[in-house]
Amino acid sequence: MKRQTQAKDHTRQMLIYTLVILAVVGALLIIQTPAYAQSESPGTPTDDEVNAIAKQLYCPVCENIPLDVCPTQACAEWRELIRLKLSEGWGDAQIKEYFVEQYGARVLASPPASGFNWLVYIIPVVGILAGVFLLYKAFQSLRSSETIDEPEGEIQSEEDEDDYIARLEEELRQR
Amino acid sequence: MIIDLGYGALVLAFLVSLYGIFAAIYGELKKRAAWVESARLAMLLTFPLITLSAVTLIIALANGYYELEYVASVTSNSMPLYLKVTALWGGQAGSLVFWSWLLSLFTTAVTLRKWDRDREFLPWVIVVSLFTLAFFLMLVIFVENPFTRLWQLPSGQIETAMFAPTGARVFTQPDGRGLNPLLRHPGMIIHPPMLYLGFVAFVIPYAFAIAALITKRTDDRWIRITRRWTLIAWLFLSLGLVLGGRWAYDVLGWGGYWGWDPVEIAAFMPWLTGTAFLHSVMIQEKRGMMKHWNMVLIILTYSLVIFGTFLTRSGVLSSVHSFAQSAIGPLFFAFIGITFVISLSLLISRWDTLKSKGRMTSLLSREALFLLNNLLFMGILIVCFWGVIFPLISELATGQKVTVGPPFYERATSPLFAGLLLLMGVAPLAAWRHSTFKTLGRAAWKPTLVSLLVTVVVLISGIRQPAAIIGYWLAAFVVCVTLYEFWRGAMARHRRAGESFPVALWKLAGRNRRRYGGYIIHLGVVLMAIGIIGIEVFQSETQGTLAQGEKISLQGYDITFTSLNVFDTNDGRNVARAVVNIEKDGRDLGELYPRRDYFYESQQPMTIPGVRSTMEDDLYVLLVDWQPVSTAGATFKVYHNPLVNWLWLGAIVFILGTLVAAWPDKDKDTSRALAKQPQYAAAKA
Repeated sequence: MKRQTQAKDHTRQMLIYTLVILAVVGALLIIQTPAYAQSESPGTPTDDEVNAIAKQLYCPVCENIPLDVCPTQACAEWRELIRLKLSEGWGDAQIKEYFVEQYGARVLASPPASGFNWLVYIIPVVGILAGVFLLYKAFQSLRSSETIDEPEGEIQSEEDEDDYIARLEEELRQR
Repeated sequence: MIIDLGYGALVLAFLVSLYGIFAAIYGELKKRAAWVESARLAMLLTFPLITLSAVTLIIALANGYYELEYVASVTSNSMPLYLKVTALWGGQAGSLVFWSWLLSLFTTAVTLRKWDRDREFLPWVIVVSLFTLAFFLMLVIFVENPFTRLWQLPSGQIETAMFAPTGARVFTQPDGRGLNPLLRHPGMIIHPPMLYLGFVAFVIPYAFAIAALITKRTDDRWIRITRRWTLIAWLFLSLGLVLGGRWAYDVLGWGGYWGWDPVEIAAFMPWLTGTAFLHSVMIQEKRGMMKHWNMVLIILTYSLVIFGTFLTRSGVLSSVHSFAQSAIGPLFFAFIGITFVISLSLLISRWDTLKSKGRMTSLLSREALFLLNNLLFMGILIVCFWGVIFPLISELATGQKVTVGPPFYERATSPLFAGLLLLMGVAPLAAWRHSTFKTLGRAAWKPTLVSLLVTVVVLISGIRQPAAIIGYWLAAFVVCVTLYEFWRGAMARHRRAGESFPVALWKLAGRNRRRYGGYIIHLGVVLMAIGIIGIEVFQSETQGTLAQGEKISLQGYDITFTSLNVFDTNDGRNVARAVVNIEKDGRDLGELYPRRDYFYESQQPMTIPGVRSTMEDDLYVLLVDWQPVSTAGATFKVYHNPLVNWLWLGAIVFILGTLVAAWPDKDKDTSRALAKQPQYAAAKA
């Protein structure tokens, strides 16, 4: 009996450790790794080079519009600013930092993983792991449930619907 | 006069709704059937009243009654008639009237059903439906009234009010501001009605669930009654989402169909819980389990429907401050809070009556896999919900606005979607009640083998991206399992009953439409997944400014700038239309006509792509509107979207599957008749 309780405690401990590790790994996977690549091409940057960075930034004045497709005049000027910075040899990360300094973190496609913003990455993972835990508990309680008094009608209805396929499966196995 | 008629009908519908709620509760508590019947008739009456109001508003829109503020804000003289009519849902106030009208349509349909066996549900279904309807009518009458007029005060100042301020006279503008150009698209004409139909239809299963809780009749009767309602709601919501995606692809000019925008997510969230519900109710029907969970899911779906409408209507997405200033936002917030708390309280108070009757016997049984499927749907919901509200929380807590965009959602949901695909392949092979690795393996090895062969072909074709390889293996696996299920069933019928294979297949599907409709839906999802993986993993783009005769290249295509015309149209647009010639590997593929429309009334540009579309790929050419356009040269942005058409094809299959699943089943009668036939009777014995 004692051994059984110990084994249960051990399983629960293992489950909690696993969930904590999964939470950390999950949050790290959601966070986007910043790119620190420097621009390699000298001279006037192409539209594609400008858009590659503008795509990762959001229009500071419009709602939820990436900078590379925003049709406002202000955004056209910001794209030209990116071109200028690229021609001066700035890297992707430097340009993004510059925009964050100027207009705040809202210009980034996802919040930087720091301070309060950590919550955006942690909460979904914790929520999902809580779901896993609840599912585990539900399985446990449903498996140990003593109430096996499934009404005859429902069993009958299942047989009605599944009997056909069950018989087919049996025939296929015998083949 | 006609305006007063429309407004009066709305007010009357609101009062009738309140009366219906009172009569239903009174009749039920005092056990007076006449009062309940009166409440039912009241619910029936709301439909003609709101129809009258909606028709009045349509007449005002079509005939340019610019003394109405709403009409002046969404129509103009130059708009064609069909756009004037669809402007009913082109603005806030009109769309709330439309929402109410659709809800009254569904509640009317409910009142007309046969209530013989479920009479005890009726009063509470009326109360829940009319409470929701009365809330929306209240918003329309007191907050967002589309019949509000413009008045000129003696001082010359213009004011908006329903009734004339002292000394004021009606002010009529010569022309309106016109509909937002982005909404002048066939997709946008159909998309909102579909979405709204999906939203309002989910009110019905919710109303039955609450009725079941109140009356303590918590067996699966309410689920069986609402099975088709739920499927219809889900069908419309799915259609709304797909049409929204198509509209974005055709009109928004960024080469994609889904941008993880909060407005898109607002419509996606009830779809997620609705889909989980559709799977989970099967466990209750088959095994008498998960009754609590099904209640939670339908309550969540209803709350998310209202929450989605709140998100898009309250201004909360642009800023928490604009939410606080809007009159509609706090009312919505209070309504969601009240209905959610009442629903949960009811659920908790009936907790004991919802105990499972069955037992989970195997972790590999179909019910266990369905539960896992529910967990994945809930996981995606958590990601979406949190991603949408986090910017608001951040702004409230730190004063700093942040953007939660596609990278967050894509990274967080991709593994969950992959898990759902895997389950879509495994669950149909698992049996109810009991499955083991052995039985599952025996059923799965053939489809697995074929799907692995497909993966080898994918690898040989040069694809090396892990996401694409895993995704295409999963897609192949689900297709193999689903087709295998059809084949096994049809072949067995063919052998037993001597039916030809097509007849056997047809009869097999007719034998249990929900099951085989579900399989067709799975096939649709897989086709959509093929398109989504194609565009998400392999999309490429380039941009360049071309002089006439110059070309730009992308993925083997050469796009040559031929000419550009700029002209005005009769409907108030300035159109810049380019002609580009497309070649691939030296072969002429014809011309495309990307254009930019500038709407003078609203001073808004709109970019219409030129698209060459095949099942292999789309070449999507944009005349970039933010660069100077001249006849001598122009800037083009070109997207290469591999396999994107599989997404739309999959959507069609998906919708067809839902129609098959929702089609009335003659299963019971047929199965009994079939069982009486000698060969089946013998087989059963």
